[in-house]
Amino acid sequence: MTREKHIKAEGISIILCGQAGMGIQTVEGILTGMLKLASYNVFATKEYMSRVRGGNNSTEIRVSSRPVSAYVDRIDILVPLNKGAISHLRDRITADTVVIGEAELLGDEVSGTKLKFVETPFTKIANEIGNKIYSNVVATGTLAGLLGMKLDDVCEYVKRTFTAKAADIVSSNVRAAEAGFRLAGDVAASAGIKINISPDASVKDQIIPSGGDAIGLGAMAGGCNFVSSYPMTPSTSVLTFMAKNGRESGIIVEQAEDEVAAINMAIGAWYSGARAMVTTSGGGFALMVEGVSLAGMLESPVVIHLGQRPAPATGLPTRTEQADLELALYAGHGEFPRIIFAPGTLEQAFYLTARAFNLADKFQMPVFVLSDQYFVDSYYNTSAFDVSKVQVEKYVVKTAADYKRYEMTPTGISPRGIPGFGKGLVCVDSDEHDAEGHITEDLKLRTRMVDKRLRKLESAKAEIVEPQLYPKGKYKNLVVCWGSTYPVVKEAIELLDKSDTALLHYSQIYPLHKKTADYLSKAKRVVIVEGNATAQLAKLIRLHAGFDIEHKILKYSGLQFSVEEVALALKKILK
Amino acid sequence: MDTNVFDMGDIDIAWCPGCGDYGILNVLKKALAELDIPPEKLVMVSGIGQAAKIPHYLKTNFFNGLHGRALPPAAAIKAANPSMTVIAESGDGDMYGEGGNHFIHTIRRNPSITNIVHNNMVYGLTKGQASPTSQLGFKTPVQVAGVMLEPFNPLAVAISLDAGFVARAFIGDPEKTKEILKKAIMHKGYALVDIFQPCVTFNKINTWQWFKEHTYYLEDSYNPIDRSAAFKRALETDKLPLGIFYVNPNKSTFEENVGIYQQDNRPLFEREPDMNRLRTLIGKFRVAG
Repeated sequence: MTREKHIKAEGISIILCGQAGMGIQTVEGILTGMLKLASYNVFATKEYMSRVRGGNNSTEIRVSSRPVSAYVDRIDILVPLNKGAISHLRDRITADTVVIGEAELLGDEVSGTKLKFVETPFTKIANEIGNKIYSNVVATGTLAGLLGMKLDDVCEYVKRTFTAKAADIVSSNVRAAEAGFRLAGDVAASAGIKINISPDASVKDQIIPSGGDAIGLGAMAGGCNFVSSYPMTPSTSVLTFMAKNGRESGIIVEQAEDEVAAINMAIGAWYSGARAMVTTSGGGFALMVEGVSLAGMLESPVVIHLGQRPAPATGLPTRTEQADLELALYAGHGEFPRIIFAPGTLEQAFYLTARAFNLADKFQMPVFVLSDQYFVDSYYNTSAFDVSKVQVEKYVVKTAADYKRYEMTPTGISPRGIPGFGKGLVCVDSDEHDAEGHITEDLKLRTRMVDKRLRKLESAKAEIVEPQLYPKGKYKNLVVCWGSTYPVVKEAIELLDKSDTALLHYSQIYPLHKKTADYLSKAKRVVIVEGNATAQLAKLIRLHAGFDIEHKILKYSGLQFSVEEVALALKKILK
Repeated sequence: MDTNVFDMGDIDIAWCPGCGDYGILNVLKKALAELDIPPEKLVMVSGIGQAAKIPHYLKTNFFNGLHGRALPPAAAIKAANPSMTVIAESGDGDMYGEGGNHFIHTIRRNPSITNIVHNNMVYGLTKGQASPTSQLGFKTPVQVAGVMLEPFNPLAVAISLDAGFVARAFIGDPEKTKEILKKAIMHKGYALVDIFQPCVTFNKINTWQWFKEHTYYLEDSYNPIDRSAAFKRALETDKLPLGIFYVNPNKSTFEENVGIYQQDNRPLFEREPDMNRLRTLIGKFRVAG
């Protein structure tokens, strides 16, 4: 991977790399936990293989004096936990990367190389304390020391983490952290590094959820009370979040036998008065497609969280991609309206997912929340979500005896009754139907029904918020992106430090906002950044806004764009 | 309650004259009326096929969904509002073929719904191909050399999965069919009623006469609590037994197991989310991990 030296993202980037099950998650969990508690800005993201043990997985933790929320290539400190880790990250290691670890575990990956390697006897220290299992906590202590944390804060946090364990286990872990912490001075001196990062008082009251958590919390804020899904990476974290927190909040969470059952259950639940969601990924969603069409015909609300991963077919199960926008856009036979959101930040994930339920209910159509593996698995500190800014809007009506489910209206929206609420009967049919919901082959009525359903999209357009321009004001160059790439592209533009370049981010993709052409035509040059091979948003923009975007930066390797990668690609185009 | 509360009046019914579906419609109306289940407290859920059109011919709430997909929404409808009576009704192709996986797992899930399957051993709406219950050797425009697939045995499958209520009826005997249906509807938990129903247009083998000759009722002394005995009787094929094969009244239902109705029996639509609880949950994310 090519990089330019002067492109240097904010703060420190630490990478933990090792086999699955080797303790990356322990170090990551304790380190990010203590940093957050001590009010540091933290961002963490992971890339991992589709296996339970072995392989090479890595987690990137960025720590900074100001908020950070994007993946960078740069590695300031690398902690390889076993052989293979350094080879795995070879392309990202530079002469400035400090590698800390144990030569005995890493073998020829460090000995005789030009790496800036500092021997840190984590295992030896752990054995002295009583068990090599403590080596992960020793390493955590060293990293905390390098970052300039206070020893008391570190010990306190470790104590807190292991509080449920026996007293000797707690004290051994504290000793391990302390011993690791004391190594930090020597490590910094040997490596010739001095890290200057200050805590940020505003972090204290902030929260640090993952993208998956934010979507789950948003669903709860939107009044979700029914989830039916089939597990599939990377969407499963939303299912487990809802299962863990749902029951006490009165939410039914059911693992269906397959995705076909999942979406049909969700539509049945809405029919019966619930506010239901499915969470799935590409292959699972492909199975739901007939159900999406059913929602179109029944005019049923349904919220679909679609966590994208590389495809076709099984693809790269644990990697990331933005290649299912067109799938979401066109899923389902026949013509019917839908809404598609794609949050780029944790805040957007919370508020847009909540909104998805309100709009699904209001317009009686499928609403998608498109995320991806990178988005659901990454986390960083952000302002606490404000529940008072969210309102659960319910559009169910009590039926009268002469109720007709598909009554013709100017907006196309018929008041939606549910069985058991009022004197009327609620009849819905996947066949073309009349106003009462009964099968019809009246072909004139068929035409009117299609028009009625499609009219709802016109009303929905008024609800779509403009894409977000950053920074506000005039621009010569405009960089367009959508969904999870937002923080990456934003930081890349900041790095480039070009005052004539702005970012236009779409978190509400479809229906495409009518001001799209205005925004794009004001720029001298327009570049689009997408995590797919065919520029799917660019195609959507050409179709609906009639604007051809000339420059495209596309990535479909299975990894998220890095800040440096986007900055460099932009630099070439915008020179 | 008077049966005519379910009458649709003068409507155009898409079934062939002489079809067994008419009998099932009549018997169902009578069973519901005798049980005093009013139309507004009932939801009929169906898939696609000739049998699946039944909700259109009966005045009540209905969800006529996708082919093979009646059972998942039926379970969800019941779970979202347990005060409703939910009947999922379609043909053998819909329930046992296209929806076979849902048939298995809905039994495991055990929602309090009645699953009525019109079993005529043939596909009607698509004009005469084999169904999962077609008998070996049955010739059709697709199975030109005769059916070679082992016929699906819904009763044996249901009993093997410990379905709480498993019965078979023949619409040639409306009175007994009605009694079985009433018991199935009253059963707490999932109840299967497979109903033999001759297709007068596409099945010239399994006719009214054939069903009369090839069926008999389980004897009065038969004990439907014994699962092994029930399974054995379900395997009989020379002559096909009718009646209630198996009952297990001691199973917890899907609506009970979802765990949200123990303290509060209101249906989901009457509830508001607890925003204070959500605020607390969000607050927990002040701590990482």
